[in-house]
Amino acid sequence: MIGKLFAGRGRRLPRGTVAGQPYARAEALTVRLGGRTVLRGVELTARAGEVLALVGPNGAGKSTLLAALAADLPAAGGAVHIDGRPAVDWSAPELALRRSVLPQSAALSFPFTVAEVVRMGRAPWAGTPAADADEGAVAAAMAATEVAGFAGRPFSALSGGERARVALARVLAQRAPLLLLDEPTAALDLRHQELVLGICRERAAAGDAVVAVLHDLGLAAAYADRAAVLHDGVLAAQGPPAEVFTAELLSRVYRQPVEVFGHPRTGIPLVMPHRDR
Amino acid sequence: MSTLPRTETARDRAVRDGMTPEPPGTDDATRATGTADSTAPTASPAPHPRRTASLTLGLALALLLAALLSAGTGAYEIPLGDVVGSLLHQLHLGGGALDRGGDSVLWQVRLPRVVLAVLVGGSLGCAGALMQGVFGNPLAEPGVIGISSGAAVGAVGALALGLTFLGNWTVPACAFAAGLLTVLIVYALARSGGRTEVVTLILTGIAVNAFAGALIGLFLFFADTAQLSQITFWQLGSLSQATWPKVLAVLPCALAGLAVAPRYARRLDLLALGERPARHLGVEVERLRMALVLVVALLTAAAVAVAGVITFVGLLVPHLLRMAAGPGHRFLIPGSALGGALVLVVADLAARTVAQPAELPLGVLTALFGSPFFFWLLRRTRRKQGGWA
Repeated sequence: MIGKLFAGRGRRLPRGTVAGQPYARAEALTVRLGGRTVLRGVELTARAGEVLALVGPNGAGKSTLLAALAADLPAAGGAVHIDGRPAVDWSAPELALRRSVLPQSAALSFPFTVAEVVRMGRAPWAGTPAADADEGAVAAAMAATEVAGFAGRPFSALSGGERARVALARVLAQRAPLLLLDEPTAALDLRHQELVLGICRERAAAGDAVVAVLHDLGLAAAYADRAAVLHDGVLAAQGPPAEVFTAELLSRVYRQPVEVFGHPRTGIPLVMPHRDR
Repeated sequence: MSTLPRTETARDRAVRDGMTPEPPGTDDATRATGTADSTAPTASPAPHPRRTASLTLGLALALLLAALLSAGTGAYEIPLGDVVGSLLHQLHLGGGALDRGGDSVLWQVRLPRVVLAVLVGGSLGCAGALMQGVFGNPLAEPGVIGISSGAAVGAVGALALGLTFLGNWTVPACAFAAGLLTVLIVYALARSGGRTEVVTLILTGIAVNAFAGALIGLFLFFADTAQLSQITFWQLGSLSQATWPKVLAVLPCALAGLAVAPRYARRLDLLALGERPARHLGVEVERLRMALVLVVALLTAAAVAVAGVITFVGLLVPHLLRMAAGPGHRFLIPGSALGGALVLVVADLAARTVAQPAELPLGVLTALFGSPFFFWLLRRTRRKQGGWA
């Protein structure tokens, strides 16, 4: 009772977004983890209405950058702004109304069902007028990620790919204007990779800012409005994939010779390792 | 528009894929009413609402029946109807008074004991459910990880040193302080990088139990004979010393703990996702943890102070309920309190009737039945998920 009474107290609800408006911004961001500088002077903006892909080799700092944008990690230098305010100034409940985060691997301590897990995504809105949309948001998220078929099964009984989609459904149900997705396609088959990035585009078209860590450069080129290439904690390049994904840059960053050529039908860049066979 | 050169392609692609693109720039209203798919089927409602309701009702009725039965059973039998009659009479709702002997047995001996069993059992069950939620781990239980013995050190110390600085509340207060300290130690030792590994947790429990055992041993060593028998008997876990003043001594602790615990149910559900995801959903994780650790210490101290160390109730009850009605804490927390109370009332009834006229120590009885359950739990988990890492 008392919890309900005070649930909405002092929380600022997010305003709507305008396409192109910077929603989250890293300014000269430096992050140290365990004494090691993992990110150095990163300048990056996630804009409403666009999909931003974070790419780069293992250990380049992609997940760290995503966690910093999510306000999970403190900045050793520079700052992160979300919805026009320094991220550190928002309270946890206010942040939860503004950004949702898909973790790299989804875990669950107790055997909640799929429907219950997805419904957890609605928790931030409890006590606000948007709570009326809970059921619709849950249903829409489950339909979009194709998990409605096993809504009643316990999460722990699912395969890795199914779990990943349920976790995404939970993130979508949260309906935050900023989506931060850490390798959303890692555990997925071909069809569901396309499905998930289609959802990213759909969210962007609806006015959200989407930031996704992607390993598949082909997917990044096809679906992202902009790509940011991280290399050893520094931003090596950012811009439209067609401009950023050059054989020279990618070969250097990944320390692996690659070829980049246009798709015969769409012209979207395809990235292949240089092979002789 | 001009600030976003690729919006058109984004929308074109959306159209091509058969999606209806929203004009960029949604406001709260459209966000709230759902932008993605308004024709999608509504999600099935929470899976077990009817089952949890009937379980709650069943548990409450069983508890009431067991309590009345326990109040009437013993060396001096009082028929169930007379127990109810006397209760109603005291509440000025009709009924009839018992004769003098019966009245005295019921109101001075049996009822305080039953009420104490309800309070202690409810506290233990609830504390178990909370601990498991906080640690995200089904093996966390105040007894297993050493909090009960930590609280026992405080209580034994108070008894052995003859402390009375808070009158009736001295033993509960000492148990609470020692229990709280133990929770904090276990919490600090068993967690690393925001995770609690089962092995670390159990090993921490072993170490804490050993240390607490040593401290209790020291107190016993220095105690005189009268204190010695008092402490030894208390340690085995029993409700035989129940009196109304004792009930009053634990009532504030137990009620405070039981009253605030359900408020954390929803946040505990979210915590099952892990620390960071819970924070992403707006939970202030550290604050939640500290609050719950306090509540657990409060509940455990209440139980230990009057009844000694009674293990496995907090482990067994939430587990069975989770199997029956799912892991949602909104049912699990009050359900575990009810279930714990039921188990303890029944166990206490058994403890004082199976070996009449002698009385088995309650803690011995719960451990006797709880330990096999623990084995079964270990084997079942091993079979299902290959054990705990």
